Amino acid sequence: MTLSLSDIKRIAKLAHIEINEADAQQSLIQLSGIFNLIEQMQAVDTQGVKPMSHSRDMVQRLREDIVTESDQRMRFQSIAPQVEDGYYLVPKVIE
Amino acid sequence: MQWETVIGLEIHVQLSTRSKIFSGASVAYGAPPNSQACAVDIALPGVLPVLNRKAVEYAIRFGMAIGATINSPAIFARKNYFYPDLPKGYQISQLEHPIVAGGRIIIRTEDQEKIIHLTRAHLEEDAGKSTHEGFHDKTGIDLNRAGTGLLEIVSEPEMCSSAEAVAYARTLHSLVRWIGICDGNMQEGSFRCDANVSVRPAGSNVLGTRCEIKNLNSFRFLEKAIDYEVTRQIDTLENGGSIIQQTRLYDADRDETRSMRSKEDAHDYRYFPDPDLLPVIISGEWIEQIRSELPELPEGRRNRYIQDLSLSPYDANILTATRELADYFEQTVQLLPEQGKLCANWIMGEVSGRLNKEGLEIDQCPVNPKQLAELLLRITDGTVSGKIAKDVFDSMWQGNGDSADAIIDAKNLRQISDDSEIEKWVDEVLAANQQQVADYRAGKEKAFNFLVGQIMRMSKGKANPAQVNVLLKKRLAV
Amino acid sequence: MLNASLRQLSSLLSAKKISSTELTAEFLTRIKTLNADLNAFITVDEEKSMNQARTADEMIAQGRSTPLTGIPIAQKDIFCADGWLTTCGSKILSNFISPYDATVVKQFDQAGMVNLGKTNMDEFAMGSSNETSYYGPVKNPWDRLAVPGGSSGGSACAVAARLAPAATGTDTGGSIRQPAALCGVSGIKPTYGLVSRYGMIAFASSLDQAGPMAKSAEDLALLLNIMVGFDERDSTSLQREKEDYTRDLEKSVSGLRIGLPKEFFAEGMSSDVSSAVEAALAEYRKLGATFVEVSLPNSKLAVPVYYVLAPAEASSNLSRFDGIRYGYRTAQYANLEDLYIKTRAEGFGDEVKRRILIGTYVLSHGYYDAYYLQAQKLRRLIAEDFTKAFTQCDLIMGPTSPTVAFNIGERCNDPIQMYLSDIYTSAASLAGLPGMSIPVGFGSDKRPIGLHIIGNYFREAQMLNIAHCYQQATNWHELAPPETNC
Repeated sequence: MTLSLSDIKRIAKLAHIEINEADAQQSLIQLSGIFNLIEQMQAVDTQGVKPMSHSRDMVQRLREDIVTESDQRMRFQSIAPQVEDGYYLVPKVIE
Repeated sequence: MQWETVIGLEIHVQLSTRSKIFSGASVAYGAPPNSQACAVDIALPGVLPVLNRKAVEYAIRFGMAIGATINSPAIFARKNYFYPDLPKGYQISQLEHPIVAGGRIIIRTEDQEKIIHLTRAHLEEDAGKSTHEGFHDKTGIDLNRAGTGLLEIVSEPEMCSSAEAVAYARTLHSLVRWIGICDGNMQEGSFRCDANVSVRPAGSNVLGTRCEIKNLNSFRFLEKAIDYEVTRQIDTLENGGSIIQQTRLYDADRDETRSMRSKEDAHDYRYFPDPDLLPVIISGEWIEQIRSELPELPEGRRNRYIQDLSLSPYDANILTATRELADYFEQTVQLLPEQGKLCANWIMGEVSGRLNKEGLEIDQCPVNPKQLAELLLRITDGTVSGKIAKDVFDSMWQGNGDSADAIIDAKNLRQISDDSEIEKWVDEVLAANQQQVADYRAGKEKAFNFLVGQIMRMSKGKANPAQVNVLLKKRLAV
Repeated sequence: MLNASLRQLSSLLSAKKISSTELTAEFLTRIKTLNADLNAFITVDEEKSMNQARTADEMIAQGRSTPLTGIPIAQKDIFCADGWLTTCGSKILSNFISPYDATVVKQFDQAGMVNLGKTNMDEFAMGSSNETSYYGPVKNPWDRLAVPGGSSGGSACAVAARLAPAATGTDTGGSIRQPAALCGVSGIKPTYGLVSRYGMIAFASSLDQAGPMAKSAEDLALLLNIMVGFDERDSTSLQREKEDYTRDLEKSVSGLRIGLPKEFFAEGMSSDVSSAVEAALAEYRKLGATFVEVSLPNSKLAVPVYYVLAPAEASSNLSRFDGIRYGYRTAQYANLEDLYIKTRAEGFGDEVKRRILIGTYVLSHGYYDAYYLQAQKLRRLIAEDFTKAFTQCDLIMGPTSPTVAFNIGERCNDPIQMYLSDIYTSAASLAGLPGMSIPVGFGSDKRPIGLHIIGNYFREAQMLNIAHCYQQATNWHELAPPETNC
């Protein structure tokens, strides 16, 4: 597998991280090296092996449907970059 | 060329739990912005989701109601995309192993019945709301809705007209309310439809390129948006164009759909199993318990009304449109088991008419089923006529829970079936209306009705109309 | 006092020979003197710490104390602490005053321990040298040219340099064990699910696990007694009966079967590490343990598997840092998209961005099966290797790190070399097994060496027992770095 510069730009866009040409070049070199290491995985035949998402076979516990949280907007919004009338503000979203 | 339409619907049903699907914040509607967005909902660093049992139970209940399979384990996955009203940068949803798989519902359009199969129904969390007005060049984000539990119900593309799509949506709307998992409030966004619409040459078995129309928040908009979209697609194709797969938004003001984003910049959602949530194991016992607690479903009740109560399919459909109406009918008819049709007529006529006029719902009806049944009983046993019964009903509506009998007695409305008393009124009326008597005898049938009316008026409506008829005829025949 | 064990401090406090305020003040003074150079702490707040110390003294005076009441503990800056700046080593959280407490922080609070400050760490725990911190590298107190390891480098340094009697750490692929080894302290990562992750800023959720770092196994046992417990706010938290982790400390290790995975002793280990580990094993032989060779054939793939799974989870976990609700927001932006991409480009450091890109790629359309899914399957094979090995032995031992601490700057531009620091630790993380590191000597440049102990699930008490026996027979764990004048 070979990574290309356009791959780097595509994933940076997906990840919402601005990347300039020089950084993209640098990332390409480093990520290519890392993917060489990762490629070792392909040597093993894993047919029939069940994927493991969690470190042990655990089961989801369920919460009772009870309201436990109270209004903490003042506290939470005191650390927000920009708020107005209780709303978080962002540049105008155009649909 | 002849075209046929193919429609599949994705419906987001907001679950009527008290708390959110992954946090303990309230889901009550209409709170001040962000006052119901807790640490988990605003995605503070380090917070974690814990699944609401009720949300799972509701999904299973829905699955049972449509004869679906419940997947165990059910798996939650992250759908990754950036949007300001999506605080974590991903939505917890389901991809593989959704909680509900398959199932079917029956829809009815004017003259036909059709089975629509469901692909799946999965649990997910809602996003917050963006407000574009009131902040100058900014958008305001309210995260109160973020994390509210949704059941996304996906149909197979089996509907072929906007009428079928609306029938499907209405049936589903009625069902989720019937089984108590959603309040169905479309204004508040509790029931939101997205429609996948495509067209193809009639008879073709290949699906055309589809467009998804988002956020149709009324049945009327659903119908109009589909109709517009179908016309647009056919026009495009007939003019040699092609359909681009895209998401479109319905603009109700202009009655048109327009492109939101095209497939080119469609998201790569990078779904993967959410490592913060474990597989949900749903035991057979739990499923059985939920099944056993399921109310009789609209379809079953409808069929029972037709078979056992001899109601027409039309009446049965109307009476089972909502759980509340059906329960009202059920409770009434239980007290008058032989009088299904009479109960149906009264509920669909007098009761519904009055509710409509006053803008009330059936569960706000001032006359309860027991009162109504007692009144109808007095019609069947001849105590009052249908006409008087309407007056009694009116008194009940305005009254304070008085029984029919109490009103009848208090107002002295008991029907008079004593021949001699009625004969007295007949004689009086005949004496006072010689001209009409002559007309009748000359063959004018109408005059007979006039005379009946006069007798009824004289009796203040209390004379038994059937007897009036008989006695009047007898007198006139002399 | 600086070298005292937690038990010693506990009896001094309960006998009222010292107060928590005195003890806390002493450590705060020491931090003031040494932290400028070592950079072990990102945040110190004397007033907050002293207030807690006063509360602890009241608890002691009123007879409401627990064994560790009044003892200060340093918190890795990955744990949210109400009212404290909580940066996770990142610029993107450089202004984040947490409005809530992590469960771990709350547990120590309730036990009456004093939060001594927030320790430096690799940014978002991504690193093995503490050099990726936005707040500058931490120095290894044994040799200030060397890294302390990472990501819990500040905690390891703080304990080694006696800036704190104990500290918390978190371990995703070795982040407690490797810095413990490189700084000559003891550290344990418990079985996944034993310590709550609530309020611990997520790196890779299916691997992250918090644990204590201290001078000895006995100290670790006392700290685990506080940290381990069910938390209803964490779906992956295990509901188990409360254990006393000190209960087996004094047990004999005679007859215990120690498994030596041949893969851990094959290649890559430097000779100084090898001889120190051999010497430690010889000590265990003297104590009556027996050895059995085991095999973990898939463990050689642990690093590649780890570097697929951890970045994949991280790429998603770190999406919430967008400059909208908290944290850093870029100064200049033209529109929403610009706000996102600039905030994240400026707020994250190079290593974090690298891992986000790797993670985004392996989850993206068309690559998921080849990378993410394949890695998950290999994860199972790696875990199954351990299951098999534990049928032949009670515990597994080997080196914690293939080399002693390397020099600051040495591996900065070579991510792969850096990633291979986790070569012995990441397999246990993938399996969710408990792992610990204890100091067993020194290698080149008198830099510390750690012995890695991997236990079966929930066998922490046994691991602490075997570590404690070693520490009763040797004194490596008692040595303090000479230049810190203890």
